[in-house]
Amino acid sequence: MDNLRKEWLLNALLAGALFAVPLWAWMANEPFIITLATRIAILAIAAVGLNIALGLGGMVSFGHALYLGVGGYVAGIAAYHAFNGTTVMGLPGTNQMLPIWGVAMVVSGLVAGIVGALSLRTSGIFFIMITLAFAQMGFFFTLSWPAYGGEDGLPIFMRNQFPGLNTARPWELFLVAYGVLLVTLALFAMLRAARFGAALMAIRQNPDRAAAIGISPFGIKLVAFVLSGMITGLAGAMMADLTRFVSPAMMAWTMSGELIVIIILGGVGRLFGPVAGAAILVGFEVFFGGLTEHWKLWLGLVLLAVVLFARGGLIGLIAGRAQNG
Amino acid sequence: MADPVLDLRGLSKSFGALKATDDVSLTLYKGEIHALIGPNGAGKSTLMGLISGKTAPDAGQVMLNGADITTLSVARRARAGLGRSFQVSSLIPDYSALRNVMLALQARQGHSYRFLRPVNHDAPLRDGARALLARVGLAPRASVEAAMLSHGERRLLEIAVALALAPKCFLLDEPMAGLGAEGTARLVTFLRALKQEAPILLIEHDMDAVFQLADRISVLVYGRIIATGSAAEIRANPQVRAVYLGEETA
Amino acid sequence: MSLALVLEQLLNGVQFGLMLFLMSAGLTLVFGVMGLINLAHGSLYMIGAFLCAAVAGATGNFWLGLMAGIAAAAAAGALIEMIVIRRLYARDHLDQVLATFALILILSEGVRMVFGPFPLYLNVPDSLRGTVSLGVVDYSLYRLALIGFGLAVAVGLWALIAKTRLGIQIRAGSTDREMIAALGVNIRALYTIVFALGAALAGLAGALVGAIQSVQVGMGEPVLIVAFVVIVIGGIGSIKGAMVGALLVGVIDTMGRFLLPRIFATFMDTSQAMGVGAALASMLIYLLMALVLIFRPKGLFPAHG
Repeated sequence: MDNLRKEWLLNALLAGALFAVPLWAWMANEPFIITLATRIAILAIAAVGLNIALGLGGMVSFGHALYLGVGGYVAGIAAYHAFNGTTVMGLPGTNQMLPIWGVAMVVSGLVAGIVGALSLRTSGIFFIMITLAFAQMGFFFTLSWPAYGGEDGLPIFMRNQFPGLNTARPWELFLVAYGVLLVTLALFAMLRAARFGAALMAIRQNPDRAAAIGISPFGIKLVAFVLSGMITGLAGAMMADLTRFVSPAMMAWTMSGELIVIIILGGVGRLFGPVAGAAILVGFEVFFGGLTEHWKLWLGLVLLAVVLFARGGLIGLIAGRAQNG
Repeated sequence: MADPVLDLRGLSKSFGALKATDDVSLTLYKGEIHALIGPNGAGKSTLMGLISGKTAPDAGQVMLNGADITTLSVARRARAGLGRSFQVSSLIPDYSALRNVMLALQARQGHSYRFLRPVNHDAPLRDGARALLARVGLAPRASVEAAMLSHGERRLLEIAVALALAPKCFLLDEPMAGLGAEGTARLVTFLRALKQEAPILLIEHDMDAVFQLADRISVLVYGRIIATGSAAEIRANPQVRAVYLGEETA
Repeated sequence: MSLALVLEQLLNGVQFGLMLFLMSAGLTLVFGVMGLINLAHGSLYMIGAFLCAAVAGATGNFWLGLMAGIAAAAAAGALIEMIVIRRLYARDHLDQVLATFALILILSEGVRMVFGPFPLYLNVPDSLRGTVSLGVVDYSLYRLALIGFGLAVAVGLWALIAKTRLGIQIRAGSTDREMIAALGVNIRALYTIVFALGAALAGLAGALVGAIQSVQVGMGEPVLIVAFVVIVIGGIGSIKGAMVGALLVGVIDTMGRFLLPRIFATFMDTSQAMGVGAALASMLIYLLMALVLIFRPKGLFPAHG
């Protein structure tokens, strides 16, 4: 069986399992497992966003928690004002997911545009540190801005709603997350196969060549960075609704690190890398977290081993090198 | 005579005390191959950088078809019609030969901001790229990744990529480097035909190839052009013989 | 707002800046010489603080603790370099980030396993307790000593790099790697020494700061990120840049937190001014970094080209 077919089979298996396990849990009345699956799906969406910048574009953003947090705060603030019946900048709050997602994506896209425009003036190690620093700026801003909870965070008393579904029920919330995950995966696949993806991946491999044939690296990378931030922002809004709570911790640098870890564990630039990576990370946390309070030590060792010895992540291990031909 | 396609006017560039390019003026006319030769360290790559836009000059202008492109970025110059090949093969290593050429065609059309339609289903792009590969004799290797091609094949792919840009002039940086005698002979024939499409500024180490191909030759020494003329004139120029050819033949 | 208070804050800013310099110097050296981005540098800061607190607690002698902290950080640095870091020099930045991120997880949990989940406390040594009069202000003797320490280390580091054989090799290493190989320098050993030197400086900073903050797991990373800001501002690979950047960041951060709420209080009500001022002050150094990037994308003192 060739590698491409192996990868598609593995993708189908992952997509099927991520649906089948919570379906079983729903029938067996195990809401905890459904919520875990929802968390995996939402983390995977966030990582799909990062995978555009990091996997396709080679931009090692160590600050994607910023967009997760921005999306989260959009959801939290909208729900807060809807609950109080007050307005924010002249706009009423809302408890509807769809408009919240729209605003979350626009705002995180804007923030990503500013951060990207500044950070992309540099590259390599500078880029890593600068994206990290901007995320840290968001973290400290939310920490010290008292209007929306400051360091205590902002609870969402009633989960926001999705038309036709009761999002208070774990299974129906899972369906929302799973549906969005499939849509973002489809978008990622289209983007990668389109002219934009061809240009972006070429810039990752050889920016001088791309410029010499007339493709400006800056513009392509900036657009990719903004799209990336928008999708991660969308995931942030959904994460806020899952936990019904937003706090500066969503923007913590460890969160940025976790998003990169998800992509590495799954496979950089691979379509289902984020899904595999999110499942591994959450599974690891639940399984080893139940065995020992020092599970992060083991996570560190596994991660170190993956980086040093198994660079393709899970999907690379099973389906070999990525095919771009 | 008609206006030059590429016109360098008094280009200068210093790095600290070192004058890497010193008041260089050079023209490239339609239908000609203008070769630039010079010993190692003469400043050829700095000059290349100034023309392609990688480096900004301290003084002077780069004109393409009468338009001043001195302040344009590398990418904008390429879109304006400057087709450049690299000294060291510089392709997209993970892309197949076909996709390398398709990317150049896509860049030439200027539509890289298309997000949905898959490139592989883009028949005009694919067919155009296949035709160009056939022209340089790489059709059988179309699906091989650039990194897996032989050195000679990669040089040919470089040419196919440059062709895909349909530039107003070619900037070829040592295209013969590392090719065997047979490969060089094939490339010489190819370039002789190519100059009818667009003139070529050829930076080349292989003297035999240069004297066979070039309509005019400029000699660069310590950042200055010390002579420009036909192959016969350059051969006969005593200054050139002293500082350059003497060194090679002695 | 008295002159004394402003002067005190200014001195606090300089003290913070010098501690940042100790962190940044190691980071920027390791990047300049080996081309490596080391997130685990904050863990070495933490190790220095923990060992200092533990040994000082057991022996009752701060200075013994300080020695232990520096030695432990240097030893941990050398060990990490030989086991993990040297496999990363040839890798891309993504691999370096991930592997050193993994090291943070391992070292943080390791320290938690050894020292337990609770913070340790490290007392200021008796000889440096109390305040000293500087004319208009009575200033903490210990903080003043930190300023002295920081300056002394900075001078020592400058002398090491400018005057010694090791320094020549380090400087050569950051400009021309092939040359030092050609000179017959043992690069492996040089890299281990540079890494351990950076680690010792981080451990020193952790131990010194440990006496005015609590010593706990995770204390290194906030400092690490600010040190990143410092070297981005100063120019990666440049010791001089690290010094200038560290002082700028230290003073601007401290003065921003002190002054901004008071400035806002002049035209809005006090509680609101405290909130807005504090929020803006926490962003100030990042805004400074953004400004530097707009005008000097390679930092104030670019080391490479």
